Amino acid sequence: MDKMRGFGYSGDTMSYQHLESLLKRLSEHLDKSQLLTSEEALAPYECDGLSAYRQRPMLVALPDTIKQVQAMLRTCYEMGVPVVTRGAGTGLSGGALPHKDGVVLSLAKFNKILDIDTQNRTARVQPGTRNLAITEAAMPYGLYYAPDPSSQIACSIGGNVAENAGGIHCLKYGLTVHNLLNIKLLTIEGEMLSIGTQALDSPGFDLLALLTGSEGMLGVIIEITVKLLPKPETARVLMASFDSVQEAGDAVAAIIGSGIIPGGLEMMDNPAIRAVEDFIHAGYPIDASAILLCELDGTESEVAGQTEAVKRILNESGALEVRIARDEQERIAFWAGRKSAFPAVGRLAPDYYCMDGTIPRKHLGRVLRRIGELSEEYELPIANVFHAGDGNLHPLILYDANQEGQLHLVEELGAKILQLSVAVGGTITGEHGVGIEKIDQMCMQFQAAELVQFHAIKDAFDCKRLLNPGKAVPELHRCAELGAMHVHHGRLPHPEIERF
Amino acid sequence: MADYPILKLSVSRMRDIAQQLIETVACACQEGQPLSIHGSGSKSSLRLRDEGKPLSILQHNGIIAYEPTELVLTVRAGTPMSEAESVLRESGQMLAFEPPEFNGGTIGGAIASGLSGPRRPWVGAARDFVLGTHIINGKGEDLRFGGQVMKNVAGYDASRLMAGAYGVLGVILDVSIKVLPLPEMEVTKVFELSANEAIRRISKLSGIANPISAACWYQGRLMVRLSGTESGVKQASRTFGGELLRDADNFWLSIRNHSHTFFQKDSFWRLSIPQASPHILPDSSEQLIDWGGSQRWLKTEESARSVTQKAQSAGGYAEQWHTTNKTNLRHPLEKNIMQIHKKIKQAFDPERILNPGTFYDYL
Repeated sequence: MDKMRGFGYSGDTMSYQHLESLLKRLSEHLDKSQLLTSEEALAPYECDGLSAYRQRPMLVALPDTIKQVQAMLRTCYEMGVPVVTRGAGTGLSGGALPHKDGVVLSLAKFNKILDIDTQNRTARVQPGTRNLAITEAAMPYGLYYAPDPSSQIACSIGGNVAENAGGIHCLKYGLTVHNLLNIKLLTIEGEMLSIGTQALDSPGFDLLALLTGSEGMLGVIIEITVKLLPKPETARVLMASFDSVQEAGDAVAAIIGSGIIPGGLEMMDNPAIRAVEDFIHAGYPIDASAILLCELDGTESEVAGQTEAVKRILNESGALEVRIARDEQERIAFWAGRKSAFPAVGRLAPDYYCMDGTIPRKHLGRVLRRIGELSEEYELPIANVFHAGDGNLHPLILYDANQEGQLHLVEELGAKILQLSVAVGGTITGEHGVGIEKIDQMCMQFQAAELVQFHAIKDAFDCKRLLNPGKAVPELHRCAELGAMHVHHGRLPHPEIERF
Repeated sequence: MADYPILKLSVSRMRDIAQQLIETVACACQEGQPLSIHGSGSKSSLRLRDEGKPLSILQHNGIIAYEPTELVLTVRAGTPMSEAESVLRESGQMLAFEPPEFNGGTIGGAIASGLSGPRRPWVGAARDFVLGTHIINGKGEDLRFGGQVMKNVAGYDASRLMAGAYGVLGVILDVSIKVLPLPEMEVTKVFELSANEAIRRISKLSGIANPISAACWYQGRLMVRLSGTESGVKQASRTFGGELLRDADNFWLSIRNHSHTFFQKDSFWRLSIPQASPHILPDSSEQLIDWGGSQRWLKTEESARSVTQKAQSAGGYAEQWHTTNKTNLRHPLEKNIMQIHKKIKQAFDPERILNPGTFYDYL
């Protein structure tokens, strides 16, 4: 929890007078009902999807016009008040954790789909629109929005842009950054910037790429134009079970090496399989060490040919059993298992902690073996769910937050897993973001000069550093205090020390 | 751990001069000496200005790592594109954004210019395939952003920012690129259509699942390329109708590398506008429509101001390319966007020594 020091958790309490004068100025632009200050009204905002970290903000603002947001930002800028932007609050890295002396800017009321252009296959939406709502609105035209994070039923598109959200189809269809055309961004000074165009690219620097995944540190996204894709004519799912995780990993390499890019390619290890089967009876083989789900999509004739090819590869890779979903109902059942993996694992213990490293796939066997050892060492069970196609690994550590000291142990174990991801040439976060959760691990992944460069980028947009302070990029002194080591080019300092 | 015998190293002329380049930039920063970053010079006509002491990255070349089953190629900036592509081809893979090679272009130039070929609307642009970059900023610091994995959201995405920044934010040392499998089969179908009919046809075809990978219109003919599995392509080819284009590979290469007749001019316009926008300039203009309508190359007598305004009203932008001298016109940036550009330049290159004036006068 000491990650929370330095951004209001243990600092000076903002004076009551300061809050009063802020409220007075904000109420010139917002109704009383749009400014929450009472303890019970603030309570739902004290955390996001990472509930281990909680902090009540000074106030929550719920504007419903762009003018109000601009006025609010200008006021905060002038008065030096921190602003934490919040969408649906489903983020898993504490990116929307409030600042004690700051304002939470909720964009929940900006939830309209403004326009669907069927000719150019785009949708212009407000940031509070739910991810799935875009697809639902596009469906009548045979179109959909491709990135599908598992929280898509609840998460907002603004949050997706801020985190560069992924999902189970991103190997083939890309991340959020690959599916955007334009965003309207409000700076901390309340000025509106149009980033990108309605065409495929824009003049100047690729600011759209820079802003995507910037975790609310550079500006407030107030409108988004996304690309829509035609719905594939058909999709088929194969499920293969394996005796070992390594064999399943080799099968993934063999599929991709053969020139096939599946729409989805997911792996689960035995603890995850058991948890899911117990929970929703998806028909998974509970004795398998690993299962692979491989979805192929496209036109009927493309999918027919690829299904045969993948089946052959899976068998050649030593699959114990390969099943092809007989119909749409079974296809949905296979996926339902994967999509309910988190809540299913959640039933096994009072709490679980979800990690999010990405590794080069070839190191999967080694990394999972080491995670298994760490699990025994810490006496904390771990289930692994893996976006196998793109190397994004989600170890779920089971624990009980009410047991004294367990959260601390879990964080320590989690940090070791992330360190391992970096050491094999991967990253500490594939899709959940750094937020407050992985702020210390940033010191392992980046050198001082790189962190300084990030801060310089931040200053180009937000010179007073008022947007989401304390998140995403650590201050250098923080890394120095931690004594965190940077793993340069995968070369650890003191390689003679056994670390695996 | 399984043994993957797939790491391929290019042995021809492989050389790592990163240290030397870092020292040169650090020294130039101290002296306030502007540098003009060069690869093969194949895209030098795209520069607005070319002033400063030449800094060649050509000697910094070779493939650092390539693992087909990981779909990742890590390569030094001075590596010729043709060399990288031939290594990829051996494993049945490709640079899917089809960067124009022009005449001997390098990987560094492909990323710095951010240009993409005919496949772009269906698979993505140069920036979409950048996974990580290793750069030298204007202070002479070597920095690594992104990585060699498909998904990475640690830190701001400074690596994609390098794509299309014309070297004004950093000297690209090496880059990790996502690669894709070569399609099993490709055929190109031809349809006799007017420009506006072609635009409508492509918009309609793009709205349903189809294995289209390129669509280009010129002088009354729409060329549509289909790529994918043999069965998928054959099926779509039957459904689409139209005539089969002979020598299709060379046609698409001529579009990709601007060796097509249309581009044999001193200057032309590039319009990047929404795909389905109707023809926005007088019929007297000569045009080649690529990217299924999203990228339009034009030769017109209209004033620069008018072309720019029309492209902007359509929701996109325009820029004028000169093939012989450096009198290119970039699309003017909005004032507040220009301010952000200046600040970002300042953040990466405070002494303004990297390719000053190459991209925009003030960068």
